Amino acid sequence: MKKDEVPQDKSSLESSNYKELTYAVNEEGEYTTELSSGWEPKTIALNNALEEIEERIAAAKEAVQAGEMSPIYYYMEKNKMDFSILASYVGIWKWRVKRHCKPNVFKKLSEKTLQKYAEVFQITIAELKKTD
Amino acid sequence: MEIDFTHKQSAHCENGVVSNLMHHHGIPVSEPMVFGIGSGLLFCYIPLLKVNHAPAITYRAMPGMIFKRFAKRVGITFKRTKFRNPKSAQEQLDANLANNNPVGLQVGVYHLSYFPEEYRFHFNAHNLVVYGKEGNTYLVSDPVMEHVTTLTAEELERVRFAKGAFAPKGQMYYPIALPERVDLEPAILKGIKHTCRDMLAPVPYVGVKGIKTIAKLVRSWPKKKGSKRAKHYLGQIVRMQEEIGTGGGGFRYIYAAFLQEAATLLNKPEWHEMSKEMTQIGDLWRDFALQASRVYKDRSNLAAGGEYETLAQQLETIADKEKAFFKKLKKTVA
Repeated sequence: MKKDEVPQDKSSLESSNYKELTYAVNEEGEYTTELSSGWEPKTIALNNALEEIEERIAAAKEAVQAGEMSPIYYYMEKNKMDFSILASYVGIWKWRVKRHCKPNVFKKLSEKTLQKYAEVFQITIAELKKTD
Repeated sequence: MEIDFTHKQSAHCENGVVSNLMHHHGIPVSEPMVFGIGSGLLFCYIPLLKVNHAPAITYRAMPGMIFKRFAKRVGITFKRTKFRNPKSAQEQLDANLANNNPVGLQVGVYHLSYFPEEYRFHFNAHNLVVYGKEGNTYLVSDPVMEHVTTLTAEELERVRFAKGAFAPKGQMYYPIALPERVDLEPAILKGIKHTCRDMLAPVPYVGVKGIKTIAKLVRSWPKKKGSKRAKHYLGQIVRMQEEIGTGGGGFRYIYAAFLQEAATLLNKPEWHEMSKEMTQIGDLWRDFALQASRVYKDRSNLAAGGEYETLAQQLETIADKEKAFFKKLKKTVA
């Protein structure tokens, strides 16, 4: 890649004023670095991935509202986590975390356990219990 | 309290932290030099593992490996400490800062407050340097950021004790023994030999053969996985190749820069030519990303079988070029 070919496309990162370093060759054929504000193929890939996450969150929300899943499941998706990551954050075995995602089991959880989840999601227990 | 530390932005965090710490200790090595000596270049497909619900592919060595190999090959001893207790993790950090010693930390990205929201995933092998503390705020040199930044003590604790795969466990590191005289020649030769070995490995998931395997998979995706998932997977390949830290073209440009620097340093004119070749290979990777993006641009379910065939062929061309390249490179260090 030539230095003057380093893409300076608009990206969603503009708002955070973030530029990343790329390596390119100058007119003399020597390697140098150049900041890039973004490259369209990347931006599309990132946006698609984010849309994918949004869809997962929306599906989780529906499942909670339909009474199929507990709110823990929704907050897990919202925090871009999966069962393994959530389990290690709360310090509870994965199979138990999965059980806690069942509405009936969730209802019987102790304040102490709920507090663990609330802390990880950085919300209050009241927020965690809300299903709408 | 602020340590006099020079922040220099790099493409990749691991190279950057090593390069910046080395500069601080009077051993000026560039990011490409760290990457080349540490044999950072790779291609690897990890079957069965899924990242962001897509196949796991990497263009670089496992986190921590570049660092480890570089230190060993140049003869630097690092002290690396893990912690169970966040309080002692902070105390030891503070003690080092009071000692005028900037330290490298492994952190998780998800809670990194100064990072663009879009890049905050549960990735735990990020690296940064802390070079001072003012009140309750730590002064941070994150090599992928343009400028230095800060984190509060609470924020720093959260990222140091991120959980999940590669959990950092508060990991802190700094050099404790430096060689009297640094001789890069043997280190460079070792680094290159290792990369050639990796890229030509007789394993279907690693190096050139790994690229061929991925080409086959790409060809099969639209039929086997359906259009939507096929596009998601393609997007994931491009993200691994181009997102933060690769310097463009899946680290191939950084490697070309390394070869160029090494050619001058060790007076090996043939590496200048090889650097140019590697740049062209990097351009081919960029072309592949561009073509792939045309396929996944539209997320709808339109079938696009022929386009996947073209992409697979592009990958196969790259694999052949890299095979020839690393065979040739291997001969120059034999």
